[in-house]
Amino acid sequence: MGRPVSIRVTAAAVAGVLALAGCSSSATPQGGGGRAGTLVVATAVEPDTLNPILNYGVDGASLIFDGLVSRDARNELVPALAREVPTVSADGKKVTARLRDGALFHDGSPVTAQDVVFTYRAVLDPKIDSTLRSDLDMLASVDAPDATTVVFTLKYAYAPFLQRLALGIVPAKALAGQDINKAEFNRRPVGSGPYRVTSWTPGDRLVLAANETYWGGKPANAGVVVAFVADDNVRAQRARAGEFDAAELAPKLAAGFDGLAGYRVHQVSTADYRGVMLPMGNPVTGDPAVRRALNVAVDRAAMVAGVLGGAGEPAFGPVPPSSAFAEPSIVGKAGADVAAAAGLLDAAGWRPGPDGIRAKNGRQAAFALMYPAGDSLRKELALAVTADAKKVGIRITPEGLTWDAITPRMGRDALAMGYGTPYDPDFITYKLFNSAFAAQGFFNPGSYRSAVADKALNDGRDNADPATRTAAYATFQKQIAADVPWIFLTYLRHTYVVRDTVTGVTPRVEPHEHDVANSLWWNIHTWTRKS
Amino acid sequence: MTATTPDGDARPATPDAPASPPRARRRSRRLAGAGAVVRRRLLVAVPVLAATSLGMFALGAASPIDPAQQYAGAAAFTTSEENLAQIRANWGVDDPLPVQYARWVGNLLRGDLGWSTSRHEPVTSVLAARAGWTLLLVGAALALVLLASLLLGTLAAYRRGGWFDRALRAGAYAVQSMPVFWLGLAAIALFALTLGWLPAGGLTDVTATGTDPVDVARHLILPVGVLAVSQAPWFVLFIRDAVADSLRDDHVLAARARGLPGRTVLFGHALRTALLPFLTLVGTHLPELVGGALLVETVFSLPGLGAVTVQAALGADFPLLAATTLVTTVVVLAANLATDLAYAAADPRVRLDD
Repeated sequence: MGRPVSIRVTAAAVAGVLALAGCSSSATPQGGGGRAGTLVVATAVEPDTLNPILNYGVDGASLIFDGLVSRDARNELVPALAREVPTVSADGKKVTARLRDGALFHDGSPVTAQDVVFTYRAVLDPKIDSTLRSDLDMLASVDAPDATTVVFTLKYAYAPFLQRLALGIVPAKALAGQDINKAEFNRRPVGSGPYRVTSWTPGDRLVLAANETYWGGKPANAGVVVAFVADDNVRAQRARAGEFDAAELAPKLAAGFDGLAGYRVHQVSTADYRGVMLPMGNPVTGDPAVRRALNVAVDRAAMVAGVLGGAGEPAFGPVPPSSAFAEPSIVGKAGADVAAAAGLLDAAGWRPGPDGIRAKNGRQAAFALMYPAGDSLRKELALAVTADAKKVGIRITPEGLTWDAITPRMGRDALAMGYGTPYDPDFITYKLFNSAFAAQGFFNPGSYRSAVADKALNDGRDNADPATRTAAYATFQKQIAADVPWIFLTYLRHTYVVRDTVTGVTPRVEPHEHDVANSLWWNIHTWTRKS
Repeated sequence: MTATTPDGDARPATPDAPASPPRARRRSRRLAGAGAVVRRRLLVAVPVLAATSLGMFALGAASPIDPAQQYAGAAAFTTSEENLAQIRANWGVDDPLPVQYARWVGNLLRGDLGWSTSRHEPVTSVLAARAGWTLLLVGAALALVLLASLLLGTLAAYRRGGWFDRALRAGAYAVQSMPVFWLGLAAIALFALTLGWLPAGGLTDVTATGTDPVDVARHLILPVGVLAVSQAPWFVLFIRDAVADSLRDDHVLAARARGLPGRTVLFGHALRTALLPFLTLVGTHLPELVGGALLVETVFSLPGLGAVTVQAALGADFPLLAATTLVTTVVVLAANLATDLAYAAADPRVRLDD
């Protein structure tokens, strides 16, 4: 290891001397350089690892890997390494996948059932530092009866299990017998996806080259470079300098590209919500009247326009409007309804005091609202909620804290939340609103308890029948709309700036997490650029 | 400081003495104690480094941050307590502090700096991949600062109160009041966006296939320039004042009186006297330069140690933090030693005591 590094440092030292000599005459125009047909995209968040077992691109669209299934432009499951969408047994406890022929890893070896088994068994192994294990707690075992068949055996019937099969498959040969937590594979992986990894310079960029033997067809471009630029302003400036074909930008920075020749701004709908968790353990937020009043007192339209710069939509529940399971009847007014909120509080006995703050039985309607201090978006939303609450006589004290200060207080103080995936309502509701998970870390931190919601959540995952599931989630959504354990504020839109010479861009509803995987460039292997 | 200035040792320079042999002898005598000083400093460095690393681990034990939760990131919302506990057990981060520290020191003695939980790779490979870029940035900027401040400061001192002096001082005060971050963004706006002369960031062109030295050099002009400009005011103002003072010293006045040319007097006599305290300033300013480099790396998206250090601190990644702290401590100790040795070499009155 020492030799290449020292050579590189020497080369770099020479470079530094050249820089000092002021060889600015060697400057060449930006953009258009490098190999023809290589697309450059820029994002803020860099993955820690490129190994799906350790949480890289677990929901698919990871560019480097394929799952048994993947998702199309409408987030519907389509077969990938599996020949067809895997079948589920009548009792829901056995899932069988048959692999397609001719899928190869980047090293030329075929994808076999053993590779699938290896991948899922590694996730379940407690010695491996995978947080994905929590999402697969229904999986009892995975076996390969022959080279092209994989059988998953579940501990209990779990309706959305197929959604968990988008996890990228790794070649067993490349990892067997190694410590997967520390394997070199995590930096230089071998997958079966449309691109293979040429190099990864952490903190700088990931260089991917087209996989010419991709089972899904040769990618339409020669390769992709993903530039990692953590700072929003710096990324915007480099996009302006013409370095990127596509870049994710904060809405207000992206607005600067509106009407700029050569660029298009894409606002992509998401399941990425922001809301306020109201703990039952607090005497003020524990009162349903206060929660319902706050729910109608907040001005969601103003938050979308002011805080998000228009890049969002009002939220009324955890299931995003794009989901087939979204219940339309829970949608309320986007604006604030101060009169309705005041009516609810009056009826419950919360009377305005001399300082304008309401009180009941000598207790003031006041509580703290925590937000992670580094998150400016949640801070602005917390301040907006604070201002709206003041208009109806509730005093909120916003507190910006670090997560280690927030976590022990979640049972008593309100918290600005943000998460969401569009794939299945179970993922975003079961552990968050189920009384069985009350006060278990981030799962149901406010200890919301409702027998109706619990039953609906269980029905939603136990039954495979779509109509039964839809009915269960309708019941659940109506119940939490009535109980208001959280105030849902907005769904974000992720904004991207794309060069208008790029064709093939197909936005689809995005989850909270989007970096190399699952961003606007989920189908970049079909993108081309006119030169 | 072990360098002392015993008054009895101060001898007047003899201008008429034959040039080379005695001078060489004198210089070698001046550095006679260097070996002993280096040895003694190395002995002192061991407890300093031990105390620094132990301090890092004590902070880690006192920190309420859960490294497993940081590791999970957004997945923390869907990860069970049991799952996080398994990860912590794999890392051994719940072990008592003495156990963790003993394990770390044991590995260190075998040349293993440990595993970075925030970067998911060995600490040695994090340092190998990134420290070189930070050192290059700091080294190039330091060289530029030294050259520019010596030249500009001396020129300003020569015509003290003149337009150049006044402009330079005003500029220095203005730059001193600008945050590095802002300077960087302004430089990008001017040189990359408006003029289009230089790239706005990154180590190479985003589509480059390797790290070509010319490409890297072009990408480092702005970061090195910004870092140098942001650190220059201290040095420029210091040199200007020191040279202005020494221009009134007896030996400078004497040189002038002997009719030596102005340039010789300025650079050969006045600047040379002013250089001595300047060496100390460079030594003490090095940590600030490193701090500035970390910010510049962020602005210009350079893969140096800056971003990983912040990430390590936020993620309670103590193996990586301890390593970066040790590296910084070593650099500062080495800089102090080099300053003292340089002092002894440059000033005949200073003797390394042994």
